Amino acid sequence: MYWKFRKTIPYLVLTLLAVIFALPLLWILLASFDVNASQAVKIPSQWTMENYKTILINQANQRAFGNGLIISLGQSVLVVLIAGLAAYPLSRYELRYKNMFLYTILFMTSLPITAVMVPVYKMFLSVGLYDKTGGLVLFLTATSMPYGIWLMKNFMDNVPVELEEAAWVDGASAFDSLIKIITPLMFPGICVVFIFTFSGSWGNFFVPYILLQTLDKFPASVTLYQFFGQHGMVIYGQLAAYSAVYAVPSIVLYVLSQNYMSKGFNMAGAAKG
Amino acid sequence: MKKKQGGLLEEAKKSVLLMPSVLLLLVFFVVPILLTVYYSFTNLALSGENARQLKFIGLSNYFTMFKDRTVRISIRNTLVFLLGSLVGQQVLGFIIALNMRNKNRVFRGIVGPIFLAGWIMPEVVVALCCSTFFGDSGTLNQIFSFLHLPQVEFLFAVPMLTVILANVWHGTAFSMMNFQSALDGVPVDIEEAARVDGAGPFQTMIRIILPCIKNTIATNTMLNTLSTLGVFGLIYMMTGGGPGTKTLTLPIFMYRQAFISQQLGYGTAISMILLVIGIVLSVFYTRIIRND
Repeated sequence: MYWKFRKTIPYLVLTLLAVIFALPLLWILLASFDVNASQAVKIPSQWTMENYKTILINQANQRAFGNGLIISLGQSVLVVLIAGLAAYPLSRYELRYKNMFLYTILFMTSLPITAVMVPVYKMFLSVGLYDKTGGLVLFLTATSMPYGIWLMKNFMDNVPVELEEAAWVDGASAFDSLIKIITPLMFPGICVVFIFTFSGSWGNFFVPYILLQTLDKFPASVTLYQFFGQHGMVIYGQLAAYSAVYAVPSIVLYVLSQNYMSKGFNMAGAAKG
Repeated sequence: MKKKQGGLLEEAKKSVLLMPSVLLLLVFFVVPILLTVYYSFTNLALSGENARQLKFIGLSNYFTMFKDRTVRISIRNTLVFLLGSLVGQQVLGFIIALNMRNKNRVFRGIVGPIFLAGWIMPEVVVALCCSTFFGDSGTLNQIFSFLHLPQVEFLFAVPMLTVILANVWHGTAFSMMNFQSALDGVPVDIEEAARVDGAGPFQTMIRIILPCIKNTIATNTMLNTLSTLGVFGLIYMMTGGGPGTKTLTLPIFMYRQAFISQQLGYGTAISMILLVIGIVLSVFYTRIIRND
């Protein structure tokens, strides 16, 4: 009897915790389908798709999602390209300053970006990059470069050099072998970097909030914040529907990344909370 | 002599592919850090007299900071927020990871994603669902009234605790995952041997499991500290730093000084506190990884 009881304790503890953890999200899910959504979790008295419809046909919202997509895609593509290029010499050549460079990069991965935002804002004002989507994307790309390079280099280290050597004998350049041999072999790794960057970017609120000013340029993260600030959280159903739609890419990308991660890459030292 | 030059040329040729990254990092990463240091010694402002005349004012901002009561309050708040988040996330993350070991697959498959969900959610969504959860007529108050407990205006009565809990809800899964993979690495036979020798669960925990995962605890604490120090959006959206100065942390105070009071120089001096703590911790973190 005692043993049985002891064995069920972990299940009870976990179940209780899981229920508590689930409640805040359950609200979003249920309220988004509720005609009379309130602040608390409840089963909708009348189910509806109206909240989603209202949110999705609103042009300002469509633009916000589009902006978010442009910013996040732009950033992820740039990070993959530029970090991929940088990873090649770091992974393949003996360089005198290599270790110093790598440790500097590692050091940079963990610096709090929040601390430099005020000067960045001033700098953007001075050089005319303020309120420009392109400027924002460049800055975001730079902030992701450290872990991008770090990950890409580790992934590239896993691709055997022998394959390349054969290509070199056939007269291929470093650039050729990077494109034709390494890229296909480390494709899962590239996907991981892309997904990490994209979801980080999609969820980023502070940087676009500081560096953009025009309403029409705001990504979904900033408009969602404004929506729940301005409406005083009254239209709960729509607010929940907006959040649900906005969270979908983050969820999908996470599930995708699990697929690639399980292919045996070691991410130690690069995970950032 | 000639050989050495050839070496340098060779080195430069090999590094061509590094150039775009280096350029980007210099312009948008290194320069902002240097500017942070520089601006903190100036009277930089967005409007008014000072906006026209940028002046080097030495340690003036720092002296003001030492005398500023609000700075002390926000440092204290930042530490409370940090400590609360660290303890909450890691203790919960550890308890979950430990209890999940060797459990029924189906059960893990249902419970695991629930914990992960809070971590995957974007910051704005976290702020929103926690605001409603702790709201005056939110889910928690409904549960309280169901249990015949008094209603609590969480965001006014205990704002700091509320934002800490929100951050714990968001961050626990990260610690959980780290502890899960660390616990998987604890050799089963050592644990078995300890049990055969008569060690209770408590002793096994203190003498075997904790020493085995102490590196993970250190790295995890460091990473969580660095990310918690920079938290802006969650607190800003839930309480705006208020009521009053009750949840005013350094990032929020920095934001207020720079963008609401328009004192960029002073705001930057405040962010220097964050930057210095960040740099010190990052050096430690780099050391740990290096020695692994």
